Amino acid sequence: MTEDLQFGKDGRLHHFLSIEGLKRETIVEILDTAESFISVGEREIKKVPLLRGKTVVNLFFESSTRTRTTFEIAAKRLSADVINLNPSISSTKKGETVLDTIDNLEAMHTDLFVVRHANSGAAHLIANHLPPHVRLINAGDGRHSHPTQAMLDVFTIRQYKKEFSGLKVAIVGDILHSRVARSLIHALNILGVPDVRVVAPKTLLPTAVELLGVHPYHNMYEGLEDVDVVVMLRLQRERMEGALIPSEQEYFRVYGLTEEKLSVAKDDAIVMHPGPMNRGLEIDSAVADGPRAVILPQVTNGIAVRMAIMALIMGGNVARERKGKE
Amino acid sequence: MNQIDVDQTLNSLADKLRPLLENKPVMIGIHTGGAWVAQRLHDILAMDDAIGTLDISFYRDDFTRIGLNPQVKASDLPFDVDDRHIILVDDVLHTGRTIRAAMNEIFDYGRPASITLVVLICRDGRELPIQADVIGETVTLKPNQEIKLTGPDTLALEIQEVGA
Repeated sequence: MTEDLQFGKDGRLHHFLSIEGLKRETIVEILDTAESFISVGEREIKKVPLLRGKTVVNLFFESSTRTRTTFEIAAKRLSADVINLNPSISSTKKGETVLDTIDNLEAMHTDLFVVRHANSGAAHLIANHLPPHVRLINAGDGRHSHPTQAMLDVFTIRQYKKEFSGLKVAIVGDILHSRVARSLIHALNILGVPDVRVVAPKTLLPTAVELLGVHPYHNMYEGLEDVDVVVMLRLQRERMEGALIPSEQEYFRVYGLTEEKLSVAKDDAIVMHPGPMNRGLEIDSAVADGPRAVILPQVTNGIAVRMAIMALIMGGNVARERKGKE
Repeated sequence: MNQIDVDQTLNSLADKLRPLLENKPVMIGIHTGGAWVAQRLHDILAMDDAIGTLDISFYRDDFTRIGLNPQVKASDLPFDVDDRHIILVDDVLHTGRTIRAAMNEIFDYGRPASITLVVLICRDGRELPIQADVIGETVTLKPNQEIKLTGPDTLALEIQEVGA
């Protein structure tokens, strides 16, 4: 179902909903395209005219600062008109359903929706509902998927490590609640990273996590040994139901990333975090602000990657719709 | 098209450009063929400033029709465009749409003092009021023909029949 929705009849990317179902070539095409958008952000006029006259609605049913802002900047650098909506504090409060909200915005001639929702599968539900000329990008749905974050993560990894073959990548922390982890694991597997590890207490790992193609560890020193990349996840306190960790102090002592624990990784290992960081909980400030952290480059890269995805799914609309009518 | 000697044409282009060098111009080649031609001219003229390359994919007027060129490369202008005299180089001037896009992109980097358009081949089929200032060879082709520069090691021109 995912594949049918994500790709048009011509086999090109139509919506961007999840990493699952993407081919390696598609991911590499997005990364290569994003690379050429990096230079746009570095010059005097940070705008190209690709989406001039298009309307992009950022529809965030769940709050976000970084993701929403970088989507907004990405769309504006492509010259689109951008509207930001946070329906959790407007129409849905008044009882409107998600699909009614979408229909109303679509009636205002929206060309592209960027949607975040607390329910897994929301993006697919909406994509299935949209008319063929309207596009959708999933900016995070529940615990399911956050594909643009995974794309900017692998973009950052490629930037620092050049190749994916031979890499050891450890994803550390709250895997259970993390859509970032799920999408990133799929992306790393598709790109052929041979050793993907998840490091977490048993209570924060999904059951049968091995089936995702990862090696589980419960000890930081074992899990981080000789790795090239460490991806720290935010401990999602707001999603925790019941006592999954003994205490925050205890969690930091065992799973918090410190310089000492990081010392077992490769000397040139990079440290990533999707943000927002809980300093002193999953990551020590000395590491977060240290020379191996690439957390702020991740944010910068997020703009170029989102520009690339928008440009790739929005390009060629006219021809594709004409073909559809034939 | 064997009668066009690319090296000889490049040398004659360089001769025509030499008088412009007193303005200390910078050279920009349009990806891909134009960048090859620009590199040759840049070498022959022994210009000081680094050469710039433009990929005009983000400025094309057919994005909504055909989408993004999958082989898009980053543009690289390793100099300040403001108040500089620019020699803009392409391999073939045909409809003029590429040059329109290239000029729009250059103006997003700054305000040049002037732009001089140099092309290896000037063919018929203009769709916009854009003409080259310095031309290597002028050719007239049939509507179904295209002329293409191949390279980059050895530059050669070939005529292709398209959409028969």
